[in-house]
Amino acid sequence: MSTTPPLLRASGVTMRFGGLTAVDGVDLAVRENEIVGLIGPNGAGKTTFFNCLTGLYVPTEGAVLFAGETLPPKPARVTRAGVARTFQNIRLFANMSALENVIVGRHTRTRAGLLSALAHGPRYRREERESRERARELLDFVGLGGQADLLARSLSYGAQRRLEIARALASEPRLLLLDEPTAGMNPQETAETEELVRSVRARGVAVLVIEHDMRFIMNLCDRVAVLVQGTKLTEGAPGEVQADERVVEAYLGAPDDEEEPTPRSPQNRERTA
Amino acid sequence: MIPKTSTPAARALVVCGAALSLVSPFLAWTWTSRYPGNLTVYGYPGGSQLLTLAGALLAAVFTAAVLGVPGLRALAPAGAVRALRAASLAALTATWITVGAIAVDLGGVVNVEPGGWLAAGAVLLLAAGAHALPDDTVTEPPPAARLPRAAEGALITVVFLAAMYVLTYGITTDSAQDFLAFLPAAGFGVRALAAAGLTARFGALTARNRIAVAVAALASALVFPFTQTGDQYTAIADNILVFAAVALGLNIVVGLVGLLDLGYVAFLGTGAYTAALVSGSTFSTFDIGPWPFWATALLGMGVSLVAGLVIGAPTLRLHGDYLAIVTLGFGEIFRITVNNLDGTSGPRLTNGPNGINSVPNLTVFGFDLGTRHTLLGVTFGRFANYYLLLLAVIAVIVFVYARAGNSRIGRAWIALREDEKAATAMGIEGFRYKLLAFGLGASLAGLAGTVMAHLQTNAVPENYKFADTAPPNSAFLLAAVVLGGMGTVSGPLVGAALLYLIPAKFAFFSQYQMMLFGLALILMMRFRPEGLVPDRRHRLEFHDEQVAAAEARRTAAEATA
Repeated sequence: MSTTPPLLRASGVTMRFGGLTAVDGVDLAVRENEIVGLIGPNGAGKTTFFNCLTGLYVPTEGAVLFAGETLPPKPARVTRAGVARTFQNIRLFANMSALENVIVGRHTRTRAGLLSALAHGPRYRREERESRERARELLDFVGLGGQADLLARSLSYGAQRRLEIARALASEPRLLLLDEPTAGMNPQETAETEELVRSVRARGVAVLVIEHDMRFIMNLCDRVAVLVQGTKLTEGAPGEVQADERVVEAYLGAPDDEEEPTPRSPQNRERTA
Repeated sequence: MIPKTSTPAARALVVCGAALSLVSPFLAWTWTSRYPGNLTVYGYPGGSQLLTLAGALLAAVFTAAVLGVPGLRALAPAGAVRALRAASLAALTATWITVGAIAVDLGGVVNVEPGGWLAAGAVLLLAAGAHALPDDTVTEPPPAARLPRAAEGALITVVFLAAMYVLTYGITTDSAQDFLAFLPAAGFGVRALAAAGLTARFGALTARNRIAVAVAALASALVFPFTQTGDQYTAIADNILVFAAVALGLNIVVGLVGLLDLGYVAFLGTGAYTAALVSGSTFSTFDIGPWPFWATALLGMGVSLVAGLVIGAPTLRLHGDYLAIVTLGFGEIFRITVNNLDGTSGPRLTNGPNGINSVPNLTVFGFDLGTRHTLLGVTFGRFANYYLLLLAVIAVIVFVYARAGNSRIGRAWIALREDEKAATAMGIEGFRYKLLAFGLGASLAGLAGTVMAHLQTNAVPENYKFADTAPPNSAFLLAAVVLGGMGTVSGPLVGAALLYLIPAKFAFFSQYQMMLFGLALILMMRFRPEGLVPDRRHRLEFHDEQVAAAEARRTAAEATA
């Protein structure tokens, strides 16, 4: 392991809902320019862990350090600090255009208040113009340049997923959290997403990605952590994790800890097996 | 339906019907001038005959378009037949309601003169013919030719003036019969223009010329007091403007942020009471005032803002239905509180149910709004003065709405409405932005309230109920926003005008008014949930597939162009 301090360090993160411990003492670090995968069976607590990182949940125990500082448990301040995320089930602003969605993503990087909006001063206009330019550039980056004025809801499924990434990038994050970015995609779209995540890293943004698609994870990630029943089972290079007996077992066995079977799980079993 | 093979017959029917419908308003429809509007004259139309004439003219234009008269086809880019059908229905409803009302009012069909019979028959021929023609709707109308900027501005002004003329006709109808004929005629008339694809064209035109739209709208609204000789209808217009101003303020809260506020009228009341208390009225508890308008307005806005923040701070943490219930409660608390601050059940502040009366007239820039002023040879009475002031108030509210709504703040509001969790993840502090919208909405209502207290010369609790048979009250305000179209500027204006005029013109119907109101709401929500003037987002929300397909086609076409 290198000696540079990690960008994100979660230590002993525990999240309890009443009697249920969804996440139990998870340690995880993401370094600059790294793509880290987070895998685990359904109900393992991956999304809950994400929510702890982004301030949607306040962890019952443990701490999350970002760039050496404790992240406040407020989503707005987490975003401002430089952590952006996408959602497992797409959560775009459906009745706003693609461009507007991305501009909203720039919320924490812009400052105009009500009075400057009413006054329409030169600074306000410059900020609006810059937001628009940045948003267009990001739409081009994810390949949606031609669909800027379409409403988010009328975009295709794959385009909606990419728009979510563009919107997250608009907040100029240093760390991007992707929650199942290829869920429901066909192999070609998955390959495109893989390329997109690589080019996100090329922009200097570290990525932490939850995914069920093993081929995607193994191709893309520098490191993979496995979460099972709220605890971290193992962590390591993709090859090591893939070879780990316990990981195979976690995915194949224990049918009783599943929240709900997903149509994709048989595939995953084949791949891990 | 007549089969397609008889198109020539249908055409003949339409031409014949249109021609006769055009002639009939110039004949006498009844023998006595006891029927309002005096329909006894040969030679020129009067009263509701004008409605038949307007419907027939519209139908004649679309008939010519159907027949392929050169140049007129361009007036119906999206297809003339459906436009013709709607226009024929406009003429049909106006004529039959009038003829029916003559028979009912004067006691029998014997009171209908041959002219009336001719009109009734002619519009029937017209409608039958129009409905027998095969539909020629074009799904993708050809793109409109771009005009020079000045011409586009002139066109917008003409359209606004025409709209203002129609609205003025509605306001100045002096009989329930005329208004009853006016409503469906205007409705079908607008539908005819929409079916012809003209409203879509006009929408595109206005989207390109925002400033021209603002100027034209203001200019055509300014024309109204010049057309009025007395105070009678200007007073109605004033009340509509107060109602519309508050509805526009509520539109920020409901339309942009999606917060269901059922107690909004309380902020109007706060403004009104504040203004009344500092007006120098002898009934006021405070021996201060009268203050200049700007001071009163600022104070009214400030007090309403504080009220909005105080009510909003605890309630805006609630979601959806809970927020609706709590705001409903606060609205009623306001009314009951001012009802009790009379010195017996509480401290003496508002004179309880008697309210604060004899609020003197406002003085704006040295002009006493209570006295007559002569401008360009036209005398402006008290209500016309207030009309001008209210126009300025509405201009301020529209300005705030447009600028705020289309900024970082407005986008944050819409994002919160669309998906609060995602908006939070984007760094938008939900509570803060909701409170901002709530406070802004409250202070705009407070501004309207300050004028209202002076206009009505009083502030009484009974004006600020949750539901009543006459606006403004919270239920009507919300209805004006929702019926008119959430998230638009023109929607609440149209909604407010209709919701004020309908109960005012059908006063004789007052005992059934709430029932009809409920029925109208149900019908609207069933057939046009996005409101009369929908914005793009809401139209899509309710008519997803068609509109999304159309949008995709349009964008694709633009991309290739």
